[in-house]
Amino acid sequence: MLLGVSAIVFLMITLTPGDPVEIMLADQRATPEQVAALRRDLGLDRPLVERFLVFLGNALRGDFGISFFHRRPVWDVIAERLPATIELTLFSLLVAVLVAIPLGVIAAVKRDTWLDRALSAASLFGVSLPGFWFGILLILLFAVELRLLPVGGRIGFGFDVLRITGFLLVDTLLAGDIAALRNVLTHLMLPAITLGLPTAALLARVIRSSMAEVLASDYVLFAEAKGLPRRRVLLLHALKNALIPTVTVTAIETGQLLGGNMIVETVFGWPGLGRLVVESIFARNYPLVQAAVLLYAVTYVMLNFAADLLYTALNPKVRL
Amino acid sequence: MTMAEPLLAVRGLRTVFPTRRGLLAACDGVDLQLAAGEALGVVGESGSGKSVTFLSVLGLIRPPGRIDAGEILFEGRNLIRLPAAALRTLRGRAMALAMQDSLSALNPALTIGTQIVETILAHGLARSRAAARDRAVELLHCVGIPSPDRRLNDYPHQFSGGMRQRAMIAIALAAEPKLLVADEPTTALDVTIRAQVLDLIDRLRRERGLAVALITHDLGVVAERCDRVMVMYAGQVVEEGPTAEVIARPRHPYTRGLLASLPSLEDPDRPIDAIPGQVPDLTHVDAGCRFRNRCPLAVELCMQPVELRALGANRLSRCIRAEAVA
Ligand SMILES: Nc1ncnc2c1ncn2[C@@H]1O[C@H](COP(=O)(O)OP(=O)(O)OP(=O)(O)O)[C@@H](O)[C@H]1O
Ligand code: SF4
Ligand SMILES: [Mg+2]
Repeated sequence: MLLGVSAIVFLMITLTPGDPVEIMLADQRATPEQVAALRRDLGLDRPLVERFLVFLGNALRGDFGISFFHRRPVWDVIAERLPATIELTLFSLLVAVLVAIPLGVIAAVKRDTWLDRALSAASLFGVSLPGFWFGILLILLFAVELRLLPVGGRIGFGFDVLRITGFLLVDTLLAGDIAALRNVLTHLMLPAITLGLPTAALLARVIRSSMAEVLASDYVLFAEAKGLPRRRVLLLHALKNALIPTVTVTAIETGQLLGGNMIVETVFGWPGLGRLVVESIFARNYPLVQAAVLLYAVTYVMLNFAADLLYTALNPKVRL
Repeated sequence: MTMAEPLLAVRGLRTVFPTRRGLLAACDGVDLQLAAGEALGVVGESGSGKSVTFLSVLGLIRPPGRIDAGEILFEGRNLIRLPAAALRTLRGRAMALAMQDSLSALNPALTIGTQIVETILAHGLARSRAAARDRAVELLHCVGIPSPDRRLNDYPHQFSGGMRQRAMIAIALAAEPKLLVADEPTTALDVTIRAQVLDLIDRLRRERGLAVALITHDLGVVAERCDRVMVMYAGQVVEEGPTAEVIARPRHPYTRGLLASLPSLEDPDRPIDAIPGQVPDLTHVDAGCRFRNRCPLAVELCMQPVELRALGANRLSRCIRAEAVA
């Protein structure tokens, strides 16, 4: 599967019109000799099949080549940007889950009331929200109009935090710098909401339907017959079972979040992998795009694997 | 015991569900009484309202279903007037439910231990989790589960069918209720395990004075285990009386039909007479006898409302021709 993904990406990116060398040298007046030299340097004078095989061979050894643009190993460039993206993705996921669980549970408990219908309409709206539009709207409202939150970036100027892990939430905590931590959180807020809300809407729908099914089950009736407090019936007996099918959807959605990053990171000037990939596509920076897509694919596969593991952990019946 | 104030007295209970075809009265004017230590058999075709009647008693009718009329007196208190929180403290503690399929009744994601301990703790019957656990071990031991200490950590699916059914009963009875509603507790079990479970319920009844409402399709079980039997048809009680008497001499054509549809023990070759015809649509019933479209004894007068009436000291029948039933 990963091989297929690599081949498709390789073909798509090399066959799109536009020449990396011309883009790189666009603002310098280069002689045809210089262009040819750079092309030879980058290996672009080779036939397509050979380039693909070389790419594959190197990739298998963990070598993704040199980023045309940065003139540094692709992997180094990616590794530098990765923490920002992971941090944003995880935080968005947290936002999504924290929003989705209560809404899904409430909708299921109040099934077929006006509240359920309102939530269901809201989530339909949320699922179909275009990310860039919503992001810009949030920026205009909270950053430009109300001036409550920053427009973009990960951390304000004037904060100097030692980057140990690259995860600013962790780094600020390690440094014990609470003001910086708060600043990082304010920067995370808008992009995380933009990225997480459609996911929250989708998860809420999934939770609502699995919760509704569970609430009609014999074991919930039996739990009520035992005289347990309603909160325990809903949040332990029902929710624990209702979350099992949700886990798989969440893992798949995390993959979607990674994709959604490209738009949101660009809108919010977030220095992560998504924005790097977008820039690299425009610059026809083949090695970087290939490596990034491969990374996305591997992550996607691993997320599905993690979903299976979690599913097993939550569901004692399959744990045999 | 029969003369004493009954533990449970239900009068004129009517429970309805809104459906697309109209309001469905799943039980409609049900009267019943149950004393401590007594076992009441509840029989009737599928859909006759047995489960709904007793779920109403437990206050477990889910919206949009609701109790529309009647009173449910438990130790003299009307449960219908009780606020939800007060009713909840009675559930499990005063009255409990055992269900047909323990695999679906027990939570698949929680251990047996958790499911017993939470009941004990919810009713404040143990000072600590450890004390509750000790009680749980005792309860499992009491229903005949070997090495209960270890089995507490098992999930329901790790129990065999018969053991799980007994464990469910132990869980239902963890807070020592006075009334057990057993809704077809043995239907899913094979003969030997069925006997084990029924023996267990019998024993608890004798030892603790537990009142049992045993809902079943099996008249044989009723004959063996219940002092009294109540026959339901289309949401109403049509006959009630001491089990032996009702079986020997039914006073309602429906009961007679039910008995005739059983394979006979003395004469296994006797053909089984299923009652012909269909149960009336519960969303559109008239005031007359609900059995009249299937009744071999029906007369003109059966179109009039028919009340449940006393026949002698301890028999009840909802039939104007009760004396003619043979
Ligand atoms: N939640 C509900 N919504 C609508 N109708 C219901 C609901 N629950 C029960 N009913 C209806 O009420 C009637 C009585 O149902 P009930 O479950 O009490 O029958 P039962 O005598 O227990 O039957 P069985 O022997 O099959 O368990 C049936 O016609 C059923 O369709
Ligand atoms: S009242 Fe009439 S119809 Fe109803 S059971 Fe008796 S004889 Fe039959
Ligand atoms: Mg039933």
